[in-house]
Amino acid sequence: MAIKKIGAQTVKFQNPPSIISTYTIVGPKEGEGPLKDYFDYILEDDTWGQKSFEKAEAKIQEETIKAAITNGNLTNQDIDYLISGDLLNQIVSSTYTARQLSIPYFGLYGACSTMTESLSLGAMLIDGGFADKVVCATSSHFSSAERQFRFPLEYGNQRNFSAQWTVTGAGATILSSTGNGPYITYVTTGKIVDKGIKDASNMGAAMAPAAVDTLITHFKDTGFSPSDYDLIITGDLGKVGKAIVLDLMKKEGYDLSNNYTDCGVEIYDTEKQDTHAGGSGCACSAVVFNGYIYKEMKKGNLKRVLLIATGALHSTTINQQGESIPGIAHAVTIDINKD
Amino acid sequence: MDYIKAFVVGGLICVIGQIILDSTKLTPAHILVSFLTAGVILGGIGVYEPLVKFAGAGATVPIVGFGYALAKGAIEGAKTNGVLGAFTGGITATAGGIAAAVIFGYIMSLVFKPKTKS
Repeated sequence: MAIKKIGAQTVKFQNPPSIISTYTIVGPKEGEGPLKDYFDYILEDDTWGQKSFEKAEAKIQEETIKAAITNGNLTNQDIDYLISGDLLNQIVSSTYTARQLSIPYFGLYGACSTMTESLSLGAMLIDGGFADKVVCATSSHFSSAERQFRFPLEYGNQRNFSAQWTVTGAGATILSSTGNGPYITYVTTGKIVDKGIKDASNMGAAMAPAAVDTLITHFKDTGFSPSDYDLIITGDLGKVGKAIVLDLMKKEGYDLSNNYTDCGVEIYDTEKQDTHAGGSGCACSAVVFNGYIYKEMKKGNLKRVLLIATGALHSTTINQQGESIPGIAHAVTIDINKD
Repeated sequence: MDYIKAFVVGGLICVIGQIILDSTKLTPAHILVSFLTAGVILGGIGVYEPLVKFAGAGATVPIVGFGYALAKGAIEGAKTNGVLGAFTGGITATAGGIAAAVIFGYIMSLVFKPKTKS
């Protein structure tokens, strides 16, 4: 019997897993943004001495995970599972990172929802009694994502005004069965929501309905209201998607105007940094969560946070064949108290 | 005066492309191909020729001018070598441009490395 399941799509943990260590590495552009002081390491060169952007992304993810393990005073042998994913074909940044680490590895593809997907599954493994320590990680790189999803940089195309800027960086979280928090207390797993948007340069609008669906389900399943949270933050909807979420939630009777924002809105100064609608990519929610949110929770400035990473689960091939963009959003409650 | 004419006509052709790019969902590749095709059609029916005479490089350098050269080459090929000439004429007339694109593209790819936009 699913004794930890509550409502339609939510899990309430009996022994909430604790976050015991995090680490973030970001690229130069993110290192000039408003959250720069929260990141652990800022690269001066986004190729980091590698010959390609793909190899650079794998190195960023590898060094992030290694540093998170070291930060937690652990070794690779202490980790039961590595759960990670990224945006590239065959999630190569994650697999080539796992090749170096020799930790049992589950690879995920959740596009930009990977951070909360990995936190959800990692927390379930621990509360289920299958693991004591799990690393949850993800990465993205502006230049490898441009090549994968849009155009190679050599092509020099112009960017649309609703387009978002893929965050270069990686974030890793170590979850443990013991620790002093913050804790993962609830997980609401999203369903695919597809409202028929086909424009790959307007991902915020494609993913916002999925975020709204997961948010409403979370509030119904847990009995929480928006005011129970100090911060409700979506992954990478950007300015366009954030406005849609506020609007749709208001129509459903939830007022998010006081404590809701989006990682993609916060990570860049869109006026000064010319990032159009804001940040996106797996690393967007990963570095904002493992950098800004975790550190503010440790200081006690945020007590209970709902992180909802959002993903656009299309491929360029099927998009070019006329299919629309399926969106997904997974919500994770992070609390400085166990209940 | 020739410079001004070339500048204005070449610029106007690019403005049409920019307006299409900003107001539709067409990609730069769509615009490239449709401009080239438009050049072939306009060249074939003789409408582009006067523009080339008026603006020179302003009309021949944009991709529409390449389409015009293809059409002109095919027509001249057909006049001298018949049906076979209609097939070979276009590429013969534009061979210089094609070879230059390949060679300069290759050299540039050796000299420069792509960098992240800022």
